[in-house]
Amino acid sequence: MTTQRTSGRRKQAMAATAVVAALLTTAACGGGGKDDNSGSKTGAAGFDAANNKVAQASLVKKGGELKFAASQDADSWDTTRGYYGFMWNFSRYYSRQLVTYKPEPGKAGAQITPDLATGLAKVSDDGKTYTYTLRDGATWEDGKPITSQDIKYGIERVWAQDVLSGGPIYLKDVLDPKGEYKGPYKDTSKDHLGLKAIETPDAKTIIFKLPAANSDFEYMLGLTSASPVRQDKDTKSKYGLKPFSSGPYKFESYDPGKDLVLVRNTAWKAASDPIRKAYPDKISIKFFTNANDLDSRLIAGDYDLDIGQTGLQAQGRATALKEHKANVDNPTSGYIRYAVFPQSVKPFDNIHCRNAVIYGADHVSLQTARGGPVAGGDIGTNMLPPSVPGSEGQKYDPYQLATANKNGNVAKAKEELKACGQPNGFKTTIAVRNNRPTEVATATSLQASLKKVGIDADIDQYDGSQTSGIIGSPSNVKKKGYGIIIMGWGADFSSVQGFGLPLWDSKYILQSGNNNFGLIKDKAIDGLFDQYNTTLDDAGKAKIATDINHKVMEGGYYLPFVFEKYINWRSNRLANVYTTDGYSGVYDFVNLGLKSTK
Amino acid sequence: MTAPLHEPTAETAPSAAEEAALAGAEAKAVQGRSLGRIAWERLKRDRLALAGGMVVVLLVLVAMFAPLIAGQDPDAYHENLIDPLFGTPKGSLGGVSADHYFGVEPVSGRDIFARIVYGARISLLVGFLSALVAVVLGTVLGILAGFFGGWVDSAVSRVMDGLLAFPQLLFIIALVSVMPNQMLGLTGTGVRLFVMILVIGFFGWPYIGRVVRGQTLSLREREYVEAARSLGAGRLYILFKELLPNLVAPIIVYTTMMIPTNILTEAALSFLGVGVKPPTSSWGQMLSAAIDYYDSDPMYMVVPGLAIFITVLAFNLFGDGVRDALDPKGSR
Repeated sequence: MTTQRTSGRRKQAMAATAVVAALLTTAACGGGGKDDNSGSKTGAAGFDAANNKVAQASLVKKGGELKFAASQDADSWDTTRGYYGFMWNFSRYYSRQLVTYKPEPGKAGAQITPDLATGLAKVSDDGKTYTYTLRDGATWEDGKPITSQDIKYGIERVWAQDVLSGGPIYLKDVLDPKGEYKGPYKDTSKDHLGLKAIETPDAKTIIFKLPAANSDFEYMLGLTSASPVRQDKDTKSKYGLKPFSSGPYKFESYDPGKDLVLVRNTAWKAASDPIRKAYPDKISIKFFTNANDLDSRLIAGDYDLDIGQTGLQAQGRATALKEHKANVDNPTSGYIRYAVFPQSVKPFDNIHCRNAVIYGADHVSLQTARGGPVAGGDIGTNMLPPSVPGSEGQKYDPYQLATANKNGNVAKAKEELKACGQPNGFKTTIAVRNNRPTEVATATSLQASLKKVGIDADIDQYDGSQTSGIIGSPSNVKKKGYGIIIMGWGADFSSVQGFGLPLWDSKYILQSGNNNFGLIKDKAIDGLFDQYNTTLDDAGKAKIATDINHKVMEGGYYLPFVFEKYINWRSNRLANVYTTDGYSGVYDFVNLGLKSTK
Repeated sequence: MTAPLHEPTAETAPSAAEEAALAGAEAKAVQGRSLGRIAWERLKRDRLALAGGMVVVLLVLVAMFAPLIAGQDPDAYHENLIDPLFGTPKGSLGGVSADHYFGVEPVSGRDIFARIVYGARISLLVGFLSALVAVVLGTVLGILAGFFGGWVDSAVSRVMDGLLAFPQLLFIIALVSVMPNQMLGLTGTGVRLFVMILVIGFFGWPYIGRVVRGQTLSLREREYVEAARSLGAGRLYILFKELLPNLVAPIIVYTTMMIPTNILTEAALSFLGVGVKPPTSSWGQMLSAAIDYYDSDPMYMVVPGLAIFITVLAFNLFGDGVRDALDPKGSR
């Protein structure tokens, strides 16, 4: 089923995405009121005031212009093509889906809730049939109702990868694993609705028939790529310049790379939408080319927040933490930064040599290289992000990376080297993207600490935009002798499948665009993933996620660096701000409001 | 017959060149003042040039004895000196202390003094060797073009025009990123250095080539060449015994001017991330890393910036002095 896209573009997408999590699920009270105490009425809400809880909900005034700043444009604003995390988050302003993430802080924000549908899916016992009924009153920006056919057509567009490339293709993989349907543009049936896996018996009913069960299917329907698109408004590859709105805002103007303005969609009715509050009158994005410039404009108060949500740069971070601490939140992202050891490169075929690197590394130094405990994140101790159900966070630390061995354990590393038959150490190569200074910094740190145990590592900085062809090609990895690959990974949706399937399942070892860098071929792990697909209850799914994580760590394939964190800026004007795990720990854009309409 | 300069060829470092020139001049002091002697006398009076020359000699010594001077491993991490919240050094002025004269690097805590000292090796190595490549190529091709004229001249001149118009920085960036990690028995930084020296030198030769060609064009018509020719001297003899010695002056001048340019190019390449590889230190790479900390740890940016500035200034002052000394009628 699902293949997680792995092109350079996707990596960019993931980087552009901020991330998430929910260490402390202080069961955030959705309401508001209470949390307002920490900040003033006109000033900032306080440090971490919006992290996994709602800040200043009661101060919202309807109206005004919400101003985003961005250091880069989205990959596409077309609902089918966007893969950047901030695009998914932002698209809720102009696009609705059958189901979507709950507009709630923290963990609750990663749960699926009905949007265009009246309720969650009626799922058949075998987990293969999903039936939805549509809500009344939901309309397009020209006032016509949104029908089940519009939803089907929007989903069918995912099949037209030749014209509409770039977006996630989970739906295509799950509904049509053999690739029989050719997409709506090559569809010869009269209404271009030839996809057999989706049935629309009437305008209000839509039925999905899966060839094989997948317990994460509803998450996939919550992705932006499952948005409805109206056939007569489909401008194909140009759709991203002006998508036809089904949400509370519509495109007024868009100049790619310069600015984008959304205004109220007067045809949208609040009564038809349980999710969107639609506080501001106008929403704008200004695109910058220099991230440091953007940070200083944010801090100056010219803009409300950074759409990228990847955190402030080192410079802005220092200023913000020293002078404007009440304006920042420090959420955990769903990202794990790590090193992985391809088993095809000797001597990493031997688990003891892999362990030697894990024990030899100085984890505090790696954490500092990532930005320290606040801006970088907590020391990573296993391979499941804290926000994914089934994760145990730092409590599961089989190598004691965050405790006894946090500064590296030279004695233990040398023991492992002996067990591996390389008592004097060995030579290897660290592969790292050249366009990521923090990754290069972690590589340099690893190199320095490995030198102490006798492992002589050379650093090869490859072209970061060519990731899928360089480290994504197992034969190239072997040829170049990349014994250690430095990477980062975040989930498209919050489950062990959304995070780990492409990384750990042997079926996902690809000749190009591979992400199973460790070349893990473990029947137990493969079996657990299969079992996961047919397990429908949440507790059962979480248990399997925990088991998979343990199997992966026991294999010694990975050296996790950090459970990533960010320092994100929020302006004094913002109200009703909260981070959500649904979009990897960043602010939930859709319900942001302003304290003053001026 | 004009007396040829008794100076070694430009392949030797300028510091050695002046000493040799001095020695040569003294030896023949009785016979009257040679051109080299006159030049040396002039150079001695130019204090700025002398100061520049002394800094250059000092830098060469620093680079040669880097391990002794640095006193510690430039790649050793000192996390305990770093504030984990901001990644910047603890203490004032970027963590300046008795152990770390110039402070330590943000994030890693590596000693900046040691890295600057070791970085001088990279800068000077690339600066000198790439100038050597340019001088050898430029002299040989320039002299051939000027002496033979005709199609040889046309071919060499067109190639020079082409190379001068070539965007060398972009070319090197592209080349380095496709370079293998291992080549000719070199690995990592070795490969990068080799490629940088070769490419910077290769794109630098037309500057020398043009000057040498022009000089050769005018020199080959002089009477002493005519005389040698009529006495039955072969072409090679005329090229290397009659013409080359008279080209030494402009070659030396252009070499001293080229070295600082090459040092800057190396710094720029390292700044852009295509220079030497970590953990090897280089001034350009340090400057590039310092950008993120210009506000919170300005010392980190000032130190490598000053190192580059002083080095380039010293070479330029010295080069200017040498030019004035050898060619007092030149523009100025």
